[in-house]
Amino acid sequence: MSEILKIRDLRVETASGLELLHGISLDLAKGEILGLIGESGAGKSTIGLAAMGYGRGGCRISGGTIELAGTELASASLRQREAVRGARIAYVAQSAAAAFNPAQRLEQQIVEGPLRHGVMTAAEARAWMLELFTALQLPEPEAFGRRYPHQVSGGQLQRAMVAMAMACKPDILVLDEPTTALDVTTQIEVLALLRETIHKYGTSALYITHDLAVIAQIADRLIVLRDGAEIESGTTEQILEAPRHEYTRRLVAERAESLTAAPGAHHRTGETLLALSGVAAGYGSKPVLAGIDLTVRRGETVAIVGESGSGKSTLARVVAGLLPPSEGLLDFADAPLPPSYTKRPRDLLRRIQLIYQLPDVALNPRQSVAETIGRPLELYRGLKGRALRAEVAHLLGLIGLAPEMADRLPGALSGGQKQRVCIARALAAKPDLMICDEVTSALDPLVAEEILRLLRRLQDDFGMTYLFITHDLSVVRRLADRTVVMQQGRIVEAAETETLFTAPQEAYTQRLLDSVPQLDRGWLDRVLTARGG
Amino acid sequence: MTTLILKRLGLGLFTLWLVSVLVFAGTEILPGDVAGAILGQNATPESLAALRTQLGLDEPALMRYLGWLGGITHGDLGQSLANHRPVAELLWPRFWNTMALAAYAGVIAIPLAVSLGILAAARRGRFFDRFANIAALALVSLPEYFLGLLLILGLSVRTGWLPSLADTYEGMGLVDWFRATTLPMLVLVMVTMAQILRMTRTTVLGVMDQPYIETAFLKGLRNGRVVLRHATPNAAAPIVNVVSFNIAYLITGVVLVEAVFNYNGLGRFMVDAVSKRDLPMVQGAAIVFGAAYVLLNMIADIAAIALNPRLRHPRAKGA
Repeated sequence: MSEILKIRDLRVETASGLELLHGISLDLAKGEILGLIGESGAGKSTIGLAAMGYGRGGCRISGGTIELAGTELASASLRQREAVRGARIAYVAQSAAAAFNPAQRLEQQIVEGPLRHGVMTAAEARAWMLELFTALQLPEPEAFGRRYPHQVSGGQLQRAMVAMAMACKPDILVLDEPTTALDVTTQIEVLALLRETIHKYGTSALYITHDLAVIAQIADRLIVLRDGAEIESGTTEQILEAPRHEYTRRLVAERAESLTAAPGAHHRTGETLLALSGVAAGYGSKPVLAGIDLTVRRGETVAIVGESGSGKSTLARVVAGLLPPSEGLLDFADAPLPPSYTKRPRDLLRRIQLIYQLPDVALNPRQSVAETIGRPLELYRGLKGRALRAEVAHLLGLIGLAPEMADRLPGALSGGQKQRVCIARALAAKPDLMICDEVTSALDPLVAEEILRLLRRLQDDFGMTYLFITHDLSVVRRLADRTVVMQQGRIVEAAETETLFTAPQEAYTQRLLDSVPQLDRGWLDRVLTARGG
Repeated sequence: MTTLILKRLGLGLFTLWLVSVLVFAGTEILPGDVAGAILGQNATPESLAALRTQLGLDEPALMRYLGWLGGITHGDLGQSLANHRPVAELLWPRFWNTMALAAYAGVIAIPLAVSLGILAAARRGRFFDRFANIAALALVSLPEYFLGLLLILGLSVRTGWLPSLADTYEGMGLVDWFRATTLPMLVLVMVTMAQILRMTRTTVLGVMDQPYIETAFLKGLRNGRVVLRHATPNAAAPIVNVVSFNIAYLITGVVLVEAVFNYNGLGRFMVDAVSKRDLPMVQGAAIVFGAAYVLLNMIADIAAIALNPRLRHPRAKGA
């Protein structure tokens, strides 16, 4: 075996001495793709960066060895590490939009590496860049490099990032969630090109992700990580088909269920709660929504799915009254709903609550959990003193947090706990309708699953009505009674979830469904063949 | 982008007009009156009234404002009440004196402060960074007249290297002019450098936390190149802003420095005019100061718009 990267007993600690990696060992063979999988905080990125001799934010390698093509990196000087970075081992970040310098042309940033490392002349570097652009199917390779990062689409930028990483013809690529920020239909494209490019040039790769279905398409072997330590490792087939460790089994089972469970939910639904007819809205003169007709019945979950830019979040803002529509009518519980929240009486505000995607920024960092949940109780229900405290404790119980949590500040909560507090805050108002805007997108799969379970339980117990906005079809599958597919500000298809998943009527819906990565290794090939054919 | 710049220009003109209103209103409510100041002890009610009529002070304020504003638009700032010469004739030489000193200080302070700020950012936490920070803080906390007196004591009284008074006159030789103005220049350099240096450092360091800086490091680039090529261009707009703010200060805030070194600039001109209640002179100086401020801020804003790659290179239609 020709190992290109050999890591032994790697330990990394933060500037304050907290150990993040507790002795990780791995081998990467030439041309092999090794998947690192785990939830946030598992240390995946830390391993990837340490393999480049780099520690983020003052982190340092405190033990072990990293042997890259015969060079020991863990104890190497800064100059030696700089000579290797970018040249022998290169990095592809999750968000290419943030990883490209906004003030420089793509070309400038891509040829910079080869020129600085002195591995190519300017002409050679440019020629190689054009070859990569062609291999990555970027439009008009000659002109593409002249663009600035903001002038190209997200999928193109992610591919340009791969070209930048490949610029020095490195031995190893560290791919850190390279498709996570992309829409499903774009993800397929990038994933296929990525795999093709890596194989074509015989590059090895460390592929970091939290998504088992994505990694199943591309990795030869997997290492499952948790809290900075290896849980288990093996070939991709082994891990997916016969996980040995309990944690891995849970990861695989959760993912499998989200993909294969019988679609659709069947709640007992009542009268029409919310009705939109002919709604159009936009920001400034830019129209975002047009001709939206939608009804939500009491007690049901209606999911709005779509890719970025489809207008689904704008729709949530319109219902919440944050963005008055330019056309159309809104009805709520058989009465017209004033377009702007400023015109809605307090009781109407109480009845429609919104939960956001990012619990980190949706909570005031200086208010304790009790204050956050207590505010709507005072405002809408006039509770005070002991009654208020009792109700806060009751709500904490409902969302599955211990009563002692009441005095904590958001900073002392995990991501999942913060989202629970956000749900409790919405629940405190005793709303009729909850708008959930990508409420699980920022959470790890197992945590997200718990949040979804909580939402389902609240629905069963209290007959809550949800307008559930998401880009993630596997979330919708088990949760929604009805699903509405949006594209470019319009409703493409709306149907019972079961019908939509089993017999979609529109080509776009079919394409979306096909784009959801499946857990079996041959999925990507099948989709590509189907498309090519 | 052109629309944005035109909008900013329009806003600048509007601000200038507001400045003219404020200047005029401000001098209207200034205590005392020029007739009283001119006549002094000899004032009788009759002679005061006669002089007021002669000076046109009896007309309604609005008429006087419009007349004054009309004059300004073609360079006429009115006549000095004290010695009846056109304000413009008296004011411009003093203005150019101030500009010369400001230019002398600016040409040295700005490049030095910006490069030291970038250097401090590149060596974050190291000796140079700490030293530059402490020195800048120390300088910025000393009042400029105190700094001026310290320099006079050190470089003039004790050693006799430089003259303690910045006496300049027309037809003065260039070498003599530099000798005379070096001390006030040094004071101005010290005062402005501190702020520019610290702001440059902070802005560059702010950019250093961006993900694309990490990308640059992961390409194997060295620290110096990352700071210069990747961080600094993205910090340019705020730096231009603080620089222009300091140039404005060099022009309009030098009253104290001019007083310490007895320099014939616009600041002292204005102080003298105020003490003589010579309203057209005060108004003239104030409107020039105001215009300098508005103009420099406008240039900084336009530069910030022009430096933004998103505005400079808009997305192609349909891309």
